[in-house]
Amino acid sequence: MSSHDHDHDHHHDHPVRADQAPTEYEYLENAVRELLVEKGLITPDEIRAAVEKMDRTSPERGAKLVAKAWADPSFMDFLMSDAPAAAEAMGMSLKANHLPADLVAVANRPGHHNLVVCTLCSCYPRMLLGVPPDWYKSRAYRSRAVREPRKVLAEFGTVLPEGTAVHVHDSNADLRYIVVPMRPEGTDNYSEDELAALVTRDTMIGVTVPQI
Amino acid sequence: MRFQVGDRVKTLSVNPPGHVRTPYYARGKPGVIERFAGHFQNPEELAYGRYYGGTLELFRVRFRQVDLWPDYDGAQDDTLDLEIPEHWLVPDHSAQR
Repeated sequence: MSSHDHDHDHHHDHPVRADQAPTEYEYLENAVRELLVEKGLITPDEIRAAVEKMDRTSPERGAKLVAKAWADPSFMDFLMSDAPAAAEAMGMSLKANHLPADLVAVANRPGHHNLVVCTLCSCYPRMLLGVPPDWYKSRAYRSRAVREPRKVLAEFGTVLPEGTAVHVHDSNADLRYIVVPMRPEGTDNYSEDELAALVTRDTMIGVTVPQI
Repeated sequence: MRFQVGDRVKTLSVNPPGHVRTPYYARGKPGVIERFAGHFQNPEELAYGRYYGGTLELFRVRFRQVDLWPDYDGAQDDTLDLEIPEHWLVPDHSAQR
């Protein structure tokens, strides 16, 4: 696929213009999208609404799930044994995402730290954490998180206590991972909302741990 | 099911062309079945629009980092989990690890 050299009477600019020349895949995406619209299968507004919905999903959903698990040990067990059902019970449908991905929660505990990466692309529990940060998609993170996770953690300012094993989860296929960090000491009197505020996106990827 | 949780397995050491989701770093490596992850279509076929090939058993396999990287700089009990479809796995009958 190279230049766009056929004639017709509409223009091809997407409302969001890229700064660089489109890649082959962008030409392909443009062509397929325009065909789907021309044939009346989808409308531009449906595409826009889907993008808006994706962008609106935020790590707050994941944080709510973790805070509930911290506050309620039986919910923690539920989350660890069947994360999709636990999310569903909190009113978070994972099916909003069209991909048939399954969700697995991995819990940090003393001596056991989890870190999530997708070496092949950018697989990420979007339904709970929203759109992944740019660094998560970078080649540097993707290649180094599996090969030298402890150095990567240190660069994020995370130095684990002596004797802590690091468990990396490479989401290379159909499962998506969310890290359930350890509840910080001194939070016994916190409400679930206060707990949720401690659970940032990065703590659920595992590059850092919650702090008070 | 082709494997049970706890089974020792080895990934194939092959380099087929196409869209392959078993990373190079985990080819020809020993690991242990951590869980059966379900039946999924083969991404190597899906990538080319072939949706009708049936499903494969997908396993989450746990590797020791020291088995993946000869120069691994970290603890002996550091691990890495990957999802590997059944056709990439064979039983590992080599010595106990």
